[in-house]
Amino acid sequence: MKEWTFIAIIAVVSLATPAAPILIGKLIGPRKPNTLKNATYECGVETVGDTWVQFKVQYYIFALVFLVFDIEVVFLYPWAVAYNQLPLFGVIEGVIFIIILAAALIYAWRKGALEWT
Amino acid sequence: MEDLFIIIYNWLVSLLSGWGVGPVLVDIILGVLGSVLIVAYLLTLALFIIWVERKLVARIQDRIGPNRVGPWGLFQNIADVLKLLTKEIIIPDGADLVPFMLAPMIAVASVFMIWAALPFTRNAVGTNVSIGVLYIVAVSSLSIMAVLMAGWSSNNKYALLGAFRGVAMLVSYEVPMILTLLVPVFLTGSMRVNEIVGAQTIWYVIAMPIAAVIFYIANHAEAGRSPFDMLEAESEIVAGFHIEYSGMAFAMFYLAEFLHAFTISALTATLFFGGWRGPFVEQVPTLGIIYFFIKTFAIYLFNVWARGTLVRLRIDQIMSFCWKFLVPIALILLVLSMLVDKIATGIIPNYLDTTLLGMLPRTGILLLVNLVVGALAFGWIARTGRRERERLESRQIAPVERPAAGQQAK
Amino acid sequence: MTVTTIIFAVMAIFTLGGGLGVVASRNLFHAALYLVLSLFGIAGLFILLEAPFLAAVQVLVYVGAIAVLITITIMVTRRLMGPVESLNRQWPVAAVAAALVMATLGFVLVNQFSGISTAPDVPADGLTLLGAAFVDPAGFLLPFEVASVLLLAALIGAIVVARD
Repeated sequence: MKEWTFIAIIAVVSLATPAAPILIGKLIGPRKPNTLKNATYECGVETVGDTWVQFKVQYYIFALVFLVFDIEVVFLYPWAVAYNQLPLFGVIEGVIFIIILAAALIYAWRKGALEWT
Repeated sequence: MEDLFIIIYNWLVSLLSGWGVGPVLVDIILGVLGSVLIVAYLLTLALFIIWVERKLVARIQDRIGPNRVGPWGLFQNIADVLKLLTKEIIIPDGADLVPFMLAPMIAVASVFMIWAALPFTRNAVGTNVSIGVLYIVAVSSLSIMAVLMAGWSSNNKYALLGAFRGVAMLVSYEVPMILTLLVPVFLTGSMRVNEIVGAQTIWYVIAMPIAAVIFYIANHAEAGRSPFDMLEAESEIVAGFHIEYSGMAFAMFYLAEFLHAFTISALTATLFFGGWRGPFVEQVPTLGIIYFFIKTFAIYLFNVWARGTLVRLRIDQIMSFCWKFLVPIALILLVLSMLVDKIATGIIPNYLDTTLLGMLPRTGILLLVNLVVGALAFGWIARTGRRERERLESRQIAPVERPAAGQQAK
Repeated sequence: MTVTTIIFAVMAIFTLGGGLGVVASRNLFHAALYLVLSLFGIAGLFILLEAPFLAAVQVLVYVGAIAVLITITIMVTRRLMGPVESLNRQWPVAAVAAALVMATLGFVLVNQFSGISTAPDVPADGLTLLGAAFVDPAGFLLPFEVASVLLLAALIGAIVVARD
């Protein structure tokens, strides 16, 4: 628990550290907002329409493939920790797990889900 | 000789206990002291490494770089900080204030928090949690959230586009990173960062060079540095996700980027280059911090070199490189080395010995596996590159029709 | 009132407050951010239960991956960006369903966990035991491999749905 106390403390300290200069900057910096200055900067062209345009589905597919891999690899971590004590059979079981993961990659690849078009 | 850090720590504990402070409070006070020390140290370091980087990149690009403020322009960054402090933090119309201001803080905090788990010497480590490397990955994945928040809350199409392209890249490169991070974990049989360093009588980079390279490339992308600077491709989307930030809020993103680049170097040094290990470190543990920073700086210079010389990739190339090259190679490497390693454990006596001589057979066998996988990988990427070039060269491009002399093009 | 109690209270406030924010917020991106806060609270509770592995997984998978996925999902879906109506005509049915789920969970909680006031002892090498149990035929070998197949199926399903 002592280790986690330190992490909690450093979380607070490391959030406060960037907050301080931003606050100081707010205090001593000028503060003269006007319509033109606060306008959205899009290369000198006035912004057109809504900012939150629809993105293409490619972003979603990549995020999804990442999610599947992320969860699978997380499963592998305890197995890797136990690796030195495992029999060959145990390692082969883990390898089968990785091969199923590779099958997911091959499927996504063949289906063209990994193309950024 | 006792480690200097342990002497100071014990002295502080006895001092505080002598004043009648309870043990929980002692932990808290020392925790605050330690984290302030780490953060202050990193901030000072940031001023220096930004200078190093500006100087080096300037030299690479045949410029002089900062040379006015202080000797060799050493105080340029301090002048910059003072200038940025007096600049207005513009909050653009339609910005979502709370996420807009939180984003730079989270970006910096996620980098600072990684250092809580990096050992400086054998004993001086902020926290030696049992899940060390997973903690590092989890904390660094917070920077993705910061990018998303900044891009979303700016109310700017360039910011949003930059953030989303960047996030697509960041999450993709996290996969090869966590895959190769399994390598030091399975070689050591522990996720504690300090134990991983302690087990590297022979650096893991010698046993698993391909894994180290993949880990380093993936981390380089995680830091969002050229050639992977999708987040802020100036020529395409202006400044990317932090386009609407000014003054100190912008400076925080800048700080986070440079510190992140330094942190990934420290991470690579810790996990693959033996961290604090070096000659005489057993007798004088305090030397460890010097070795650690020499290694980190060496890797960091490599990082700056890559940034200064490589051109930015297109996003489809970045994605293909990750998913169609790094991830398959990492998977093949992991499966092969684990199987070969386990079979060798059964055949060779004292295979898991961690003395210098005892580690040689394991290192040699794993190196062999790595060389085979590496040769295959290089052959593969060379062939893919050749095919791609042929495809581009065979493409017919119609010559531009020039207007005849005297005739004005309309 | 020990330190642990205070930390527990803070984490519970994060979790519940975040959860409340998710359902009460009209801006979907804000809802996603509240979800992150709530998930952090749960990670903190895992640490209090001396399950740091689960805490790290909570942050890595839920904050680092699922929250990002949710945000991207909002972006690729049309008509979700602006403030949305938080209630539709089916709210009474939803309220009944939610009440039923809560009653069930509350019943299980009171029934199973009442009388337990201290966390059970956690073995020091719990992670190694977990890893070994994953590939032990007498342990969780089948669930372990099935999880892999399940994720493969999820990926295939998602790609088919997203591309058509």
